[in-house]
Amino acid sequence: MTDQSHRGAVTAKNWIVLLAMIVVASVIGIIFMLALNWFPEQGSDVAPPIDTFWDVLVIVSVPIFVAVVAMMLFSIWRWRQRPGEEDLDGPPIHGSTKLEVIWTIVPTIVIAALTTYAAILLIDIQAAPAKGTRVVNVNGGQFAWDFETQAPSGPVKSERLYLPINEPVKFNVRSKDVIHDFWVPAFRLKVDAVPGITTTYNLTPTKLGTFDVVCAELCGLGHAYMRQTVTVMTAERYAAKMAGLAKAAGTPVAAAGGGVGK
Amino acid sequence: MAAKIRQPGWYRALAYSILGVLFCLGLSTGLRAAFAVDPVYDGESVLQISLLTVPLFFLGGIGCFDYWLRWASGRTVVDDHADHGAKSWRDYFKVNTDHKVIGIQYICTSFFFMFIGGLMAMLVRAELAAPGRQFVDPNTYNGIFSVHATLLIFLFVIPVFAGIANYVLPLMIGAPDMAFPRLNALSFWMLPVAGVMMLLSFLAPGGSFAAGWTAYAPLSVDAPIGQAFFTIAVQFAGASSIATALNFLVTIITMRAPGMTFFRMPLLVWANFSTSLLVVIATPFIAASQFMVILDRALGFNFFNPAGGGDVLMYQHVFWFYSHPAVYIMMLPGFGIISEVLATRSRKPVFGYRMMAFSLLAIVLLGFTVWAHHMFVSGMSDWIRIPMMITTAIIAIPTGIKIFSWIATLWRGVLKMDTPMLFAIGFIAMFTLGGISGVMLAMVPLDIHVSDTYFIVAHIHYVLFGGSLFTIYAGIYFWFPKMTGRMFNERLGKLHFWLTFIFFNVTFAPMHLIGVQGMPRRVSDYADQFATWNLIISVASFVVGLSTLIFLYNMIISWRTGPKAGSNPWNSLTIEWQVSSPPPIFNFDAIPSVVGGPYEYGVPGAVHAVFDDAKPEPVAVAAGASADASPEETD
Repeated sequence: MTDQSHRGAVTAKNWIVLLAMIVVASVIGIIFMLALNWFPEQGSDVAPPIDTFWDVLVIVSVPIFVAVVAMMLFSIWRWRQRPGEEDLDGPPIHGSTKLEVIWTIVPTIVIAALTTYAAILLIDIQAAPAKGTRVVNVNGGQFAWDFETQAPSGPVKSERLYLPINEPVKFNVRSKDVIHDFWVPAFRLKVDAVPGITTTYNLTPTKLGTFDVVCAELCGLGHAYMRQTVTVMTAERYAAKMAGLAKAAGTPVAAAGGGVGK
Repeated sequence: MAAKIRQPGWYRALAYSILGVLFCLGLSTGLRAAFAVDPVYDGESVLQISLLTVPLFFLGGIGCFDYWLRWASGRTVVDDHADHGAKSWRDYFKVNTDHKVIGIQYICTSFFFMFIGGLMAMLVRAELAAPGRQFVDPNTYNGIFSVHATLLIFLFVIPVFAGIANYVLPLMIGAPDMAFPRLNALSFWMLPVAGVMMLLSFLAPGGSFAAGWTAYAPLSVDAPIGQAFFTIAVQFAGASSIATALNFLVTIITMRAPGMTFFRMPLLVWANFSTSLLVVIATPFIAASQFMVILDRALGFNFFNPAGGGDVLMYQHVFWFYSHPAVYIMMLPGFGIISEVLATRSRKPVFGYRMMAFSLLAIVLLGFTVWAHHMFVSGMSDWIRIPMMITTAIIAIPTGIKIFSWIATLWRGVLKMDTPMLFAIGFIAMFTLGGISGVMLAMVPLDIHVSDTYFIVAHIHYVLFGGSLFTIYAGIYFWFPKMTGRMFNERLGKLHFWLTFIFFNVTFAPMHLIGVQGMPRRVSDYADQFATWNLIISVASFVVGLSTLIFLYNMIISWRTGPKAGSNPWNSLTIEWQVSSPPPIFNFDAIPSVVGGPYEYGVPGAVHAVFDDAKPEPVAVAAGASADASPEETD
């Protein structure tokens, strides 16, 4: 008979070492995950709370994964079959009601907390815009977007999206053919452009600069190339740009063909 | 020759198929002429009717309907078991009613499609190795990833589980075969039909179907004729799936050996019971969604055309009402495999057996309440988001119970770290990651950002590759000695595991990052900022591809020349290991009686089943059926 002292009960000392390793590995894991540069730049008012929510999810998730892997590695290290144990069986443990209750209730609490957080954040993001918010009509087609808005000089239609900084905007998203998806990664929000209905979301751009507009729903052979840009500018430059675009388009009436939301 | 064409088999299948094409040609042109449609001959019309009809001619020719048609037409039927069991390799290419033959037919066919689907993944990664266009044009690219996903879902993961269960499950419950052996044969033969149809789509004018495996309308309605190959092939794969699930349900409910109560069933049986419930209830929905697409395409029904009063979002609701449960159809059988492997290789009972069974049923129930989490950014009503987020997150609880119970099963066991065990433990780690990213995706505010990005691609591959495929490998290695009577090469098995495990992670882990950073999925080209990661991913994915060749080599060589395995190489308690490897033609020479639980490892003198060599007495057991399958009772 070979030495079987390793098959004895797990001592308190073992537990302390195991838990300490889980804690250390979790901390290292969390630091690593938070140090990674996950998101694109924060271009809208909803980006910071969504990015913070991601951090919370990471902080909750890493220890769960670390614990699962650590318990398995510990089991393998401690109890793997050694020479001479070929005919040995483990102890006939069939279960433990106490443990099963614990690992049903604890995840339930974690899930309840996370969904509550997510629901509150979502209600915030979904909140209807104030009356009089600037409306931009986003029209998807194979394989380009066009954007329509109401400038003081009349309706303006453009291939690039221009937005004034720090001013709420509501997007009315429509499609001319198949489903597309209007996504600005820097803004964090997206919605499908669905033939037959108008979908919407609203946000406030908070950063000057030019960001990618990406089609996120497979729309055919040009899908990969359906990438445009949005430029967020100061209110003065925005007004000048709109006036310039309206002039270039000639008669405002002709440009209003798409039916601009009032 | 004439005699050969009269006999069921490949010659007759070919002859009938040609007849079928002529029939469809006649039907199409005849009807068009009768209603004065111009032109009278329309290739696409003939093709679409043929896709629906010729498979039935083929199935008739190969011999799936012979017995039923003879019986229905009042002719004598011979129950001599002539088409039961395989005497040579040729019998695997014929209609056969033996569940063991059908199981191997299923497994080999689905692995054939796995290699083709995997090859397409290699093409996808080759194209994505650098930004810009490398090898294929965007239309071909969209076709390749669509066929990749469709093959691996409908022709690999779903049927390979049905194949493993086909082989193992009747043995496990002490039954001589499945409840409906001829239906079982038909189920199998519909699979190659569906798979070949999907591959043939590459020959269609306009290329293969290219709207993704989700085939969202209206893109799929407007697509070239290649799309019809998907729409119709899915009908055959789905019908196969439904028929097999019915077969499993009836087999499990009525054909358990005496003494095999529900709570003495191995968890693999529980898992397939749960899966079959999902399949029977959910699969008709994908059939419906694809029928609506084909009616829109071929006959202008306007289901999904808003200009004609149609509703685009309805497609997604109907589609996901199947396709979310389908995720569990692709996962629950794997849960069953893992429970068998862990208990046997840790020499311990499965921890919390009853909760393991109940959590499967809980997942079945909850699986039907979450479909719209695939549609958080689809433009559906905002209010649906929060309820669907809650139900989705709740599924983590029964899933967590399973993961924790598996770890508790390992705890204090005598762990034999061989290939099936490595894949089982690797599965738990990878599936935990996939589960965690799943909970993150349930959280709507984050999901809005990462929907339709590489984060989704990463999640789905952690669940279906690190999850399902690892359980499939574990199961194939675990039951290989039973199916072939020979042992596989353990060193090659371990090499296969480590290469797959390491390079799987190098391939798919970075996809989380580039997804959150903003790379959309299903694109043949991408912004330059993602170039470095994509190159690393592509190189790693090729190593994953190569590692499957080690697996293939191991299986072929070991099947031919591996050392003899004996009936019970793992020293397992469940019934399939108590008969010879491979088992006798009708499974049991004596009827097993079940006297205890399936996992009583460590209990001195415990047995799960005993074989009574005396003539079996009819034993009255609740829901236990007669194990005597006289031929007139089958079918």
